[in-house]
Amino acid sequence: MKETIRGRAYVLGDHVDTDQIIPAQHLVYSLTDPEERKLYGRYALSSVPPGQAGLPDGHVPFVREGEHRSEYTVIVGGGNFGCGSSREHAPFALREAGIEAVVAESYARIFYRNAVDGGFLAPFETSETLNDKVRTGDEVEVDTKAGTFANLTTGERWALQPLGDVAAILEAGGVFAYARQQGLIPT
Amino acid sequence: MTITEAILAQHAGRDRVSPGETIWIDVDTLMTHDVCGPPTIEIFKREFGEDAQVWDKDGLAIIPDHYIFTSDTHAHRNIEILRAFAAEHDLPHYYDVGGDRYKGVCHMALAEEGFNRPGTTLFGTDSHTCTSGAFGLFSTGIGNTDAALILGTGKIWVKVPETMRFVFEGELPPYLMAKDLILAVIGDIGTDGATYRAMEFDGQAVYDLSVEERMTLCNMAIEAGGKNGIIQPDAKTIDYTRARTDRPFTPVYSAPDARYHSERVYDVSTMEPVVAKPHAPDNKAPVSEVAGTQLDRAYIGSCTGGKLEDFVAAARLLKGQEVQVDTYVVPATTDVRKALWTTEVDGETLASIFENAGAKIGLSSCAACLGGPPDTFGRTHGTEVVISTTNRNYPGRMGSKQSAVFLASALTTAASALSGVITDPRDVLVA
Repeated sequence: MKETIRGRAYVLGDHVDTDQIIPAQHLVYSLTDPEERKLYGRYALSSVPPGQAGLPDGHVPFVREGEHRSEYTVIVGGGNFGCGSSREHAPFALREAGIEAVVAESYARIFYRNAVDGGFLAPFETSETLNDKVRTGDEVEVDTKAGTFANLTTGERWALQPLGDVAAILEAGGVFAYARQQGLIPT
Repeated sequence: MTITEAILAQHAGRDRVSPGETIWIDVDTLMTHDVCGPPTIEIFKREFGEDAQVWDKDGLAIIPDHYIFTSDTHAHRNIEILRAFAAEHDLPHYYDVGGDRYKGVCHMALAEEGFNRPGTTLFGTDSHTCTSGAFGLFSTGIGNTDAALILGTGKIWVKVPETMRFVFEGELPPYLMAKDLILAVIGDIGTDGATYRAMEFDGQAVYDLSVEERMTLCNMAIEAGGKNGIIQPDAKTIDYTRARTDRPFTPVYSAPDARYHSERVYDVSTMEPVVAKPHAPDNKAPVSEVAGTQLDRAYIGSCTGGKLEDFVAAARLLKGQEVQVDTYVVPATTDVRKALWTTEVDGETLASIFENAGAKIGLSSCAACLGGPPDTFGRTHGTEVVISTTNRNYPGRMGSKQSAVFLASALTTAASALSGVITDPRDVLVA
């Protein structure tokens, strides 16, 4: 986990489910083939209803037509981010598109766990609603060490909730690296 | 301790555990399927080596069910990967596509094949793995990385959840099904109302339900964000399981002094048929409130609403009648599908009732519940308004972002298929 994650924010609403993050028809591609895995980036967030895509205005494509990397680095979401299916392809697709952190009020637990155990991205919780205080395209910064989130465009800064037990797994880079550190599986 | 805490404590080699603790536990059963199995296998090989062995072949069930009857070549490749892995490791519980072994929807198959043993722990790469909790075991959905870790070690970390208790009392009226009860709960607490928590279903009305109907309750625990759904085992559970496996199991129960996060009590005799309106499973409305809504399609299938009991319920209404909208019948497993030709309502087989009513009977798989490849049976492609016995209705879930899905019981879905508009089953059921 990087100490500082900085880039442009892409803002979403509440209850963004895994079918919106990566629609089920795309789950057939290889997650290791270098060319095929790009498709996960290309179709990331492709089923978000247009009016909800890139708040507050909406109708902002997360990934430009024909590309597989997004110009955004941090997602700012609302409550229950990642609800729905257990597909690990969801945090994987966001990471493939270039997302390094999600900042949301709350998460569905399987998405949260997959993000952490797969070492795909850092899911931070906030104690207040932030998806109405950041606009899509704002420059933001997550300070993972200090546990703060800043909107550099407006100059506002907020505290993030502590990661708790999962910090060690994120720090290690995923559950396998963590399990090896702890001697739970042979190195 | 609650049943969930007691099972987790046992599997951590501890006398007791408390909610909030992070513990490592032993896994009895791991289930995966064609969507998440191939990446799980890739991670397993990457992390443990090409020649690594599975921790317990008898504990591993590989049940392809998602994208089976499609021309999608990537989907076919995923089946090939599962088949090769099963052959390489000589796996006893691989249910291959294209032969007699093929089962269909994994959660129903786990029950039919005797994997749902009370008191055990079961993890699966599918969010509806919580279905198995209907048998008094701890079951939950995980991702590929966690599944790969289990595949190599038989272990996983879990945070012990607090338990919410839902007590259903009274006698279930003939126009209600377990689906109505769980949609009511989700509507009351919201799609994140049980996040990180166990949902324990209790009360006489639950124990009056068949094992299949209990599965419907636990199946949708995830739609409230729950970590697991669970029902304490009784004679029905044990008889069902004993008939399907010789493997030993020890039932576990909640202690009288178990501590719960909260408790909600429902009197089922006063409840009404309900739907979840588009586009969220907690968007609850009594059927009476949305009655008359014009439909394009009715869909009866999936791990939630594609069990034999769902089809018997639908057939009771469809017998001798004709559907007014495209109606898709998708039996969850091949066993359920076969039973459509051997199970009768008033002297006519379910298959005959559905065919005479003008419904289309599909092959056993997850099919259009989650959309899937464009040629999937029953998938939406436009602005269809659908009433469905499935579990999710977020935008695009059944294929098209523009379609709108109402979730309902098999009774409400069948009653609506007959009239072409959303219809309260009480208006159709003969007393």
